[in-house]
Amino acid sequence: MGYHCVVLVKQVPDTKRITGQAMNEDGTVNRAALPAIFNPEDLNALEMALEIKDNHGGSVTVITMGLPTAADMLREALYRGADRAVLITDRRCAASDTLATSYILSCGVRKLNPDIVLCGRQAIDGDTAQVGPQTAEKLGLPQVTYVEHILKLDGTTLVARRNLGNGWQEVKTALPALLTVVDSANEPRAPRALRLMKYKAAQCRIEIEAMAKDDPSVDVEAMCKMLDDKGLLIHQWDLDYLGADLQWCGRDGSPTKVHRIQSVVLTAKEAKDIEPTQSGIDAMVHELIVDHTIG
Amino acid sequence: MGNFYRDNDDIQFLFRHLDIGQVASYAEEGFKYASQFETAPRDAQEAIANYDLVLDALGKLSADFIAPRSEDIDRQGNILNPDGTVSYAQGIAESLNALAKADVMGFTLPHRFGGLNFPNLIYSIAIEIVSRADASLMNIFGLQGIAETIHFFADEDIKQRYLPSFAAGKVTGAMVLTEPDAGSDLQAVKLRAFQDDDGNWYLHGVKRFITNGCGEVLLVLARSEPDRSGGLGLSLFVCDRGPSVKVRRLEDKLGIHGSPTCELYFDNTPCRLIGERQRGLVTYVMSLMNGARIGVAGQSMGIAEAAWRIARDYAASRQQFGGPIEKLPAVRDMVIDMKMQIEAGRALLYETSRVVDFELGLNKIVESPDNDPAAAKEAKQTLRKVKRLAAMLTPMSKYYCSEMCNTVTYDAIQVLGGSGYMRDYASERLARDARITTIYEGTSQLQVVAAVRGVCGGTVEKYLDELAALDYADSVKDLLALLAEGKQTLKQCIAFVKEQGVDYMDLVGRPLVDMAIALINGYLFCGQASSTVQFEVAAAESGDAETPKKLLMTQRKRMMARRYILRTAAQIKAWAEQVKSGDKSTFREYEVLAGPVPELG
Repeated sequence: MGYHCVVLVKQVPDTKRITGQAMNEDGTVNRAALPAIFNPEDLNALEMALEIKDNHGGSVTVITMGLPTAADMLREALYRGADRAVLITDRRCAASDTLATSYILSCGVRKLNPDIVLCGRQAIDGDTAQVGPQTAEKLGLPQVTYVEHILKLDGTTLVARRNLGNGWQEVKTALPALLTVVDSANEPRAPRALRLMKYKAAQCRIEIEAMAKDDPSVDVEAMCKMLDDKGLLIHQWDLDYLGADLQWCGRDGSPTKVHRIQSVVLTAKEAKDIEPTQSGIDAMVHELIVDHTIG
Repeated sequence: MGNFYRDNDDIQFLFRHLDIGQVASYAEEGFKYASQFETAPRDAQEAIANYDLVLDALGKLSADFIAPRSEDIDRQGNILNPDGTVSYAQGIAESLNALAKADVMGFTLPHRFGGLNFPNLIYSIAIEIVSRADASLMNIFGLQGIAETIHFFADEDIKQRYLPSFAAGKVTGAMVLTEPDAGSDLQAVKLRAFQDDDGNWYLHGVKRFITNGCGEVLLVLARSEPDRSGGLGLSLFVCDRGPSVKVRRLEDKLGIHGSPTCELYFDNTPCRLIGERQRGLVTYVMSLMNGARIGVAGQSMGIAEAAWRIARDYAASRQQFGGPIEKLPAVRDMVIDMKMQIEAGRALLYETSRVVDFELGLNKIVESPDNDPAAAKEAKQTLRKVKRLAAMLTPMSKYYCSEMCNTVTYDAIQVLGGSGYMRDYASERLARDARITTIYEGTSQLQVVAAVRGVCGGTVEKYLDELAALDYADSVKDLLALLAEGKQTLKQCIAFVKEQGVDYMDLVGRPLVDMAIALINGYLFCGQASSTVQFEVAAAESGDAETPKKLLMTQRKRMMARRYILRTAAQIKAWAEQVKSGDKSTFREYEVLAGPVPELG
């Protein structure tokens, strides 16, 4: 039997490689200047889904909402072992905040009828950690956040260990359910060489259309069919296909309003020498407790 | 998030500079597998894209997963359990599992067994990348020649039984050759192979210093012809490591602690014959050893690269006398020389791997019944020449790269000074790991013996003539003149040595081979400097307006070629003096100069 896992993934700017041009004058992120990567904790979620498949059978589908360039990330998921990839791309998705994104993703997930939905705890660009929980709400699914380990998976029952930062909690849930996964859960596997050689040819319709623009001999329909027959088509859905209510999508569906953006520059003010002795360390710990840095 | 493939400018440049399409075409036999296997490339362009993607993934895995485990692996080592099984160090077990899951344990195996069917050139790059992350892991990742030997020489039945498991990373293997009294001299192997009345084969005896002897599949060299001494009495067998094979001991070693070195006892172990009787050493093991030598050269490259990077970083960051130590002439010189030797070694190793791929490709053409007789005949003629070249370049690569690796790792410690001697830095581990490379798979001295035959037998002259006839940029013409001069000097030395006899040839083998390698590398550097590849690389910040921030690799290689050729030109003169001195005091005066054997203890 096995489980059908759907993993929500996001392509994000690599915020670890900040350069001078990383921020626009107005304080927003200059996405063009940063390399786009697979959101790290989404890779942990994908790894957890692949482990479920390794241990119990079933299949893994990855789904993302994003620009056509997100196809790169979907191919990466295929290289690592995902069976199917779905790209939700539509100009009307632009300017979606977490609420609108969750709504759109929930429309996509509904079409896939999963047993388990997994996603990273949060994305490194916005750091909101809202999309997972909101998607669960929209789908009416139970959610388990901060999942570090699946302790038991049997029939329609799943027991997970959550890492709450200052402790652990074991939670039992009925399936289907949504899990958000933390980075301590696992070490994501590397792409598989044999899959790299096969799935490097995987493409979505919009990429084929771009190719056809440069090369009129490319027949988009025929190529899509050929790729689909070989399992190499990245499925591409728009809001019409999802049957989404447009008032919940894009700018219209996004209640978040940015009030002000502030560029905070942290500077070191003073340095302090701590004696490398027991009493020196005790004094430092005491001071940190007093000013509530720790404890 | 590191990447040991992408972060290496020299590898990136060579990947573009070398004619990889050509080796791909040989490996894929004219891309005839594309219709049969979804992973087989349709053309050279797709093959190159495949190599690039897989090396990229391996580069990330090596940097992010394997390298962080190497320090613990070194400290932990492997454990011999009371029941005779061996537990790998945790980091080795985890890394092997990750490599298996990444589908890279059947790098050169054919598509039909689930392998990648990549050429040796790409495998050499991969071995360097993995060894840079953990040198000891290479002793298992780089042992894929075992499966390759089964593929080349065993029956279809044996291939079907083992090769898919090798490619899937479900089993690892060992080359079970050495015995207490048969080290460099494998002709002295005693381990007995005998048949029962039904013709089944069994093994009985002891093997020592067996790398990964705890692996699941063992290739064993054994004496199948009890009445026949020497190499022709030996055959090659394959067996599973079952209850009748015991790991009696794990060696406690200077370096490569993650690689288990086992003593094995075979107690009437059932086994199967590979290929034909009596060809075990002379054909099969020689082929296996040649692959392993290239593997060790790749391992040496990886260790040297890792050590150089630590030294380069330290030279820039360590402040003494009011500035970074890289401002000191002696340190600057050392840092550049290390880098120069690494690039020379890489040039030689990749060229050797390319020639080996050429040889394998021609072999397939000659042996394939589908090819027309004229093409097969032509291939046969070229093959003879290429075989001789591969037989010379392989020991040269192993010798040069492993010696270079020892020099570079020691110099890295020197750059770090006292800190380099401490366990706080990886440089001391790398120097310990480096030490074995000039010893196993044939010592440097034996590599020289193998290579000097090619040097004195005319192979090197023909090859240098071929290299000299290639197209080069005008900017290296003066260097080519120096190389031509060196070639003349080498020729004179060879003529002199031939008059002195074989003993003298072996006595001065090392300087002769050193001269030949210096000239080959010189031409390879000039070829790189003349490359049509436009590949931009960065220079270090100097604060000096004259130093460019970025430049083309060809410009940089021109400088490197100049340094290398000028320096080796001086060495060639010195080596020539030594060779032409005719000094045979080593033979005559050994007993006096070495003195009596001392009492130990």
